[in-house]
Amino acid sequence: MLEKKTIDIDFSQVEAERMRVNMGPQHPSTHGVLRLEVELDGEIVTDVVPHIGYLHRCFEKTCENMTYPQVIPYIDRMDYISSMNNEWPYVMGMEKLMGIEVPERIEYIRVIMAELNRIANHQIAVATFGLDAGAFTPFLYLFRDREMILNLFEWASGGRLLYNYFWIGGLQRDVPPNFKETCLEIVKTVRKTNAEVMELLIGNKIFIERTANVGILPADVAINFGVTGPVLRGSGVPYDLRKVEPYSIYDRFDFDVIVGKGEMGTVGDCWDRNIVRMREMEESCKIIEQAVAQMPDEPKDVRLTVPKRVRPPKGEFYAKAENPKGELGFYIVSDGSAKPYRVRARATSFVNLSVLPVISKGYMIADLIMILGSLDIVLGEIDR
Amino acid sequence: MEYFKNIIEGLSTTAKGMKITLNHLFGKKVTNQYPDEYHPILSGDIPPNSRNRIFVDMSGCDGCEQCNKACPVNCIEIETVKVAPTDENVPLMNDGKKRKFWVIKHEIDFAKCCFCSLCTEVCPTNAIQMTVEFEYSEYDREKLKYNFSDLTPEQAAEKKRIWEEYQEAKKREQEVKK
Amino acid sequence: MENNFLYNLFGNNVWFYLITIAIPLVFVLIYALIAILGELKIASWIQDRLGPMRTGWKGVLQPIAEVVKLIQKEDIIPANANKALFNLAPYIMFTGAFAAYAAIPFSSQFVPAHLNIGLFYIFAVGAFAIIGIVMGGWASNNKYSLLGAMRAVSQMVSYEIPIAFALLSIAALAGTLDLQDIIKQQEGGIWNWFIFGGNGSLIKILFIPFTISLFLVHFTSSLAETNRIPFDIPEGESEIVAGYHTEYSGMKFAMFFFAEYANMFTVSALVTICFFGGWQSPFGDFLNSPIMQSVWFVSKAMFFVFVQIWLRWTLPRLRVDQLMFVSWKVLTPVAFVCFIALSYWGLIK
Repeated sequence: MLEKKTIDIDFSQVEAERMRVNMGPQHPSTHGVLRLEVELDGEIVTDVVPHIGYLHRCFEKTCENMTYPQVIPYIDRMDYISSMNNEWPYVMGMEKLMGIEVPERIEYIRVIMAELNRIANHQIAVATFGLDAGAFTPFLYLFRDREMILNLFEWASGGRLLYNYFWIGGLQRDVPPNFKETCLEIVKTVRKTNAEVMELLIGNKIFIERTANVGILPADVAINFGVTGPVLRGSGVPYDLRKVEPYSIYDRFDFDVIVGKGEMGTVGDCWDRNIVRMREMEESCKIIEQAVAQMPDEPKDVRLTVPKRVRPPKGEFYAKAENPKGELGFYIVSDGSAKPYRVRARATSFVNLSVLPVISKGYMIADLIMILGSLDIVLGEIDR
Repeated sequence: MEYFKNIIEGLSTTAKGMKITLNHLFGKKVTNQYPDEYHPILSGDIPPNSRNRIFVDMSGCDGCEQCNKACPVNCIEIETVKVAPTDENVPLMNDGKKRKFWVIKHEIDFAKCCFCSLCTEVCPTNAIQMTVEFEYSEYDREKLKYNFSDLTPEQAAEKKRIWEEYQEAKKREQEVKK
Repeated sequence: MENNFLYNLFGNNVWFYLITIAIPLVFVLIYALIAILGELKIASWIQDRLGPMRTGWKGVLQPIAEVVKLIQKEDIIPANANKALFNLAPYIMFTGAFAAYAAIPFSSQFVPAHLNIGLFYIFAVGAFAIIGIVMGGWASNNKYSLLGAMRAVSQMVSYEIPIAFALLSIAALAGTLDLQDIIKQQEGGIWNWFIFGGNGSLIKILFIPFTISLFLVHFTSSLAETNRIPFDIPEGESEIVAGYHTEYSGMKFAMFFFAEYANMFTVSALVTICFFGGWQSPFGDFLNSPIMQSVWFVSKAMFFVFVQIWLRWTLPRLRVDQLMFVSWKVLTPVAFVCFIALSYWGLIK
């Protein structure tokens, strides 16, 4: 039976004007099942405490009982919006551990798939950001273009959102025959729609008023908290893993690192983070065009270097890659058997969310929603 | 001055946005009216290697349980009975080899399946395949457990009995020899 | 009353009164159905999709489906809600929205109540909506609804002021508050409409910028009065789920819904009467019979309803303090300046 408990409150210490509001796990604007406990003084936010764990699926423990190829479907389901980028650091690290050298054609296909997925992810980020602001139409324009990308992924791998496509040592399947033409068509459509969305949403005075000078993240705070990705680059720090520590064949491509410059407000506000994502879509288009032009046609067999049995030697590695949301890392400890000893994911959104209580003090509730949208979090990654 | 500039900017960006939406109002619409006028499978738009419902061809399956071991979520359950030499009319498998095991239960629970297609990669006879069928919702979760075995329960019991009789016969022979 | 064709038909007996009440009521109900369908379809076409297609031919029976769905829903009342206020709020809002139809002239031969303070009456009755919203928000016993209701009150009261200035300028220009007189002064074709300065010599070209800015001020403030995007803070959606009508379901929610659409037509009608000639045909005397006049009036008002729907799906939402800034620091000064200019023009005309 429950015992009767008395709660002792010292009423002289209770703040009479502050109101605690719960933006519960079910809310149209928290991007997933995130619970925010907001302390309000009128309409001004004085403290935010995020509560996570509603989507915890015990990945890391389950993966200890799976063989190495069986871990890949689980990794897909972490950041379910950009699955191709999720699989890449894991596969890269395993190949280094086992000493497998992947043919060039595979690397080119991996780069194209990852960049297409980056475009798809940024389309969702910008679309849902507009939705939080109240603009319903750009959401549909961007999702219509995303359909083309998902269709291409379905032809290549069989799945629309969760692919199981990057395998240790190669790919699951070869690309469809009209792959190069479809990629170039996608690039053309994405550029056209982006120009429209720039005029309709990003350049709109009301949108600028909502997002400029809101949620300013100074560069030193960002580095201290360890945020990466467009959130860090929006504060003016030009740190992109593809340029700083190039992995795979990224050193062969010519693209810029987009940095927020505070064009419409101060450096590091929501508008800057958003414009970094819009412009990164253009950079991804450039990379895709160059990769399609440079891609060799041989060898056709994408499973040439896939090992029959995956039994890596004893050891550990930490592999990282530039996820659309930031730096995604995998720390894997192998004890020489067919199953890993420990799989640990350094999730991007988990670290990015930690900066929310710091940058939302002093703004209103409406701004809190915009700040949360501009951080671009996915609860699947935070809770794993 | 800033004040007037803001007003002019507000009006002009609104007008630009309105022009874009007006263009879309009279433009082409992208909806496919499913299922009345359009069906992805019948129109051939769905890719042939799309990973949807699994199908197991029993004439190729001989109960090696490789798919079971490869599945990351343990959604396949297999029960087999060895083929006794005394059994008559044992059909050949679809690649011409002799059948070694009867598969009396091959159940895939589609509520658990994650459609990763790892089971199709490891099957030595390609008996398990992914089809493009995606319209198989049910009201009852138990109905999503598909049993692909083509032996009725009586036939399964029959096969078990034959195997057990063969085992008994062998044991008796060995005792006689001693 | 003399110019009313129903009066000429029936004389001063009870049938006259009943039919006079019935016509706007039927019009509002039919208009609400068309407006719901229009909103769904126009929103879909802007977003490159087809919208409702399965109810009836290409989806035209969708509003009837919506109404039937709302009627058959369970009527949920929160446990600690103030029952009297909770039940009364939607009906007060609808009454306020519908009462304005008494003074709207549909043609030169039909206005349900010919008031000589018609302009003032419509403006005053529009304030009923505020009472309905506050009652709904308070009686719901919900923190978010209360927040929405408070924001709604501050928004609607602040935006009444630019509208008041705009209507005052029109009254100064026309010299009367009677709606039929205001429209009669705009006869003679499109050049004589108040948006182009009204009936007068060529000097009125100097005043056209003022009339156009006044029209923009009036239209923007009426968007705020009807709680449409970019001013739909009371209905929050992304932030406070649904604001003051979060807790309503079934017929009461349908009443809020209807009241919003009825309000949209009222403000569009007011804009056409004040600036675009009401039921006057743009060709002067050509096509100016009483039946054609009502067609002109309804089509002009429906065009402005279409513009309101179009704006909803184009623009994002304003924040509460920015809303207040726009009202007090942008719309009110501009309306004041235009008021001075137009009263001067009304004087020298």
